Amino acid sequence: MNWGSADTWIVVTGAFCAAACALPGCFLLLRRMSMMGDAISHAVLPGLALAFLFTASRASLTMFAGAAVVGVLTALFTQWISRFGEVEHGAAMGIVFTTLFAIGLLVIVRAADHVDLDPGCVLYGAIELTPLDTWSLPGSGFAIPRATLLLAGMFGFNVLFVYLLFKELRLSAFDPALSTTLGFPSGLLHYLLMTDVAVTTVAAFEAVGSIIVIAMLIVPPAAACLLSRRLSTLIVLSVLLAVLSAALGHLAAITLPRLIGFDTTSSAGMMAAAAGFLFLLAWLFHPGDGLLTRHFPRSLFRSASGEPESESTSPESPSVPRSAP
Amino acid sequence: MRGMRLAGILARSGPLTALLLLFASSAVWAGNGAASAWTKSLPDPSEFVEILLLQNYNTRLVVGGTTLLGATCGLVGTFLLLRKRSLLGDSLAHATLPGIGIAFMLMVAAGFTGKNLPGLLAGATASGAAGMLAVLAIRNTTRLKDDAAMGIALSVSFGIGIAVLRLTQNMPQGSAAGLESFIYGKTASMVFSDFWLITGVSLCTTVACAMVLKELTLLCFDEQYAAAQGWPTLYLDFLLIGLVIAVTVVGLQSVGLILIIAFLITPASAARFWTNRYTSMILLAGVIGAVSGWFGSSFSALLPRLPAGAIIVLTAASIFLFSMFFGTARGVLLRWIEHRRLRRRVGRQHLLRAAYEILETGSNQPHIPNVSIPFPQLLAHRSWSAAHLRKLLRDARREDHLEPSAPGTIRLSENGFGEAARITRNHRLWELYLIRHADIAPSHVDRDADMVEHILGAELVHQLEAELQPRAAVPASPHDITAAAAP
Repeated sequence: MNWGSADTWIVVTGAFCAAACALPGCFLLLRRMSMMGDAISHAVLPGLALAFLFTASRASLTMFAGAAVVGVLTALFTQWISRFGEVEHGAAMGIVFTTLFAIGLLVIVRAADHVDLDPGCVLYGAIELTPLDTWSLPGSGFAIPRATLLLAGMFGFNVLFVYLLFKELRLSAFDPALSTTLGFPSGLLHYLLMTDVAVTTVAAFEAVGSIIVIAMLIVPPAAACLLSRRLSTLIVLSVLLAVLSAALGHLAAITLPRLIGFDTTSSAGMMAAAAGFLFLLAWLFHPGDGLLTRHFPRSLFRSASGEPESESTSPESPSVPRSAP
Repeated sequence: MRGMRLAGILARSGPLTALLLLFASSAVWAGNGAASAWTKSLPDPSEFVEILLLQNYNTRLVVGGTTLLGATCGLVGTFLLLRKRSLLGDSLAHATLPGIGIAFMLMVAAGFTGKNLPGLLAGATASGAAGMLAVLAIRNTTRLKDDAAMGIALSVSFGIGIAVLRLTQNMPQGSAAGLESFIYGKTASMVFSDFWLITGVSLCTTVACAMVLKELTLLCFDEQYAAAQGWPTLYLDFLLIGLVIAVTVVGLQSVGLILIIAFLITPASAARFWTNRYTSMILLAGVIGAVSGWFGSSFSALLPRLPAGAIIVLTAASIFLFSMFFGTARGVLLRWIEHRRLRRRVGRQHLLRAAYEILETGSNQPHIPNVSIPFPQLLAHRSWSAAHLRKLLRDARREDHLEPSAPGTIRLSENGFGEAARITRNHRLWELYLIRHADIAPSHVDRDADMVEHILGAELVHQLEAELQPRAAVPASPHDITAAAAP
């Protein structure tokens, strides 16, 4: 294994991306809309294609705008179909994103003469190539990959978003009716969150591909949800887990394939797999409530870890408890 | 004022209008493309006939295959929709990726070609089943819900799948190109063995569904009750997921990932708007799936450069949109009309009762005279706006409940007066019943009665009469009905 500066940049970029996704992902998990990231990342295809057709350039700003608009539309259409048509939310999401994807595919194939937009490239991205496209700090020779900057900005924005709207998001996630009654319209917060998810998704997969986005929106928050019953702890934990899975994933991508005689493999794919591995650990070995450890005597953990099990002492209440607003 | 009402209607239906616009513009876009293709290579009538009558061998395979697949997916999708797990197909389709890659690698390592279809399908089935087991295990042993469990299985196996596929691309032996067709599908190049695979799986799936229809119905509608009755809900879940795996794996390699997801969700959701009966919904979903498959694949065979998968998805989505608006059981339009009709009836009853109560308080004789009522007095009687009251009066005039009277006043017609007495009587009977038998305080009873009285049937009124035996034709109100007390 030879670790270069490119590897460091890949891990840093992946970590920013993962952390930026994990933040809104926590609220998606609480609202039982975890599949939204998957839906949006498929549905933005027509946005990308139309933006490319109308401007005839692959300038990332127009593509970004097109994708973000369609991403928000996906959330809106899903909401409208499930509300006006009284269709189950998951089904509405499935109908909207498959339809949008089909429109995108149609546009690309119809315009194949003068477009070379590969849907595969759009969906998978290439985190391995991010260190090549750099932006130098004026006045110094220090070059930063453009994607890293973009995702760091996205992460900062999401931290601000969650920090400023923490109370409102928490209330509307646990009790939308009470939230609306108290003057924080839960519908508006829903759309704000959806917009944030759409923008994050598009920003991230323009830079590093959709696999990391889909995985990091769901898996680290889910693992954190197993480990913690407090929302603030859940958010911090899921960001930590996201960063950890980015680092572990890249490490696995450049070391594991050598064991069976290959060179390297997709870092993005392995980051998702690493997140799944961390989830598996949390699922099996969470002290006191893990799938395996729940059969062990309680005293084992108290003596081993030395700290009281405050979070998992109430296994009979299956849901995340409501923290007082 | 009419303009404002129009604006209101537009604002209320704004989201749907936007949806329609988007679909329309995409249709226009596709239409434009189709039109230009039309001029480029107009299919002559014989070609039409050839494709519609399935004279071409290849067309026959593709159209037949997608039609069968659509019907089967509609059938299985109905159970998924009612089980509120529509996105399971999405999760499953991604979960097959690692299996395809690993099967390819193993077969190459064992010295075979690597692109052996049964081998790849076996790999896809195995890893799809593993993913689904993970979904069930996460859902049943943690406090995470269905959506998170499906999302975890989807994203992690997608990641592993991409990593494995990347490895296969770097393999020196055996070209891995074409494994991507599992993601985008290759509908137009369906071959004879694909068709027979689809036919076989469709037959088995349909027979299996028919055999356990009752049990699956119970599972979909009331899992707890099914468990309490002693049905093995976990094994029934396995069975349902097994059926989904079968159709998904077969569909995946012939029509692609996105299309198979749409096939599992859209026809069933569209069928839901037309019927409230379970069996007819299953049949209808099958028909809608088959029609989308047939129309989409024929259309794409007719015109050049229209990917069959996309056209099939768009056909199914158009059927869904049409059903959503015009469905006869739960369509948006139908429910809107019903809601409007109910609101009209409630408004009419409020108006007549208010008028009757004013006439009643205005006279102290046992026989209530039907005199003109000044508009301001009527307006003050209930909390309604002047515009709303004017609208109600217009409706009442149209229904012959009002007589012409001096400007600024209204006067009930013979017909309207009788109706008003009847409505007021029903309201009072219901109030008395609530006070006497449900222990509701007289000061609170008006509002509770108001919620129910608009849907009181004649039979219920007879029962109330028998129960309460009112002495007067219209019993006196049990509470104060002056303007201040009215709700």
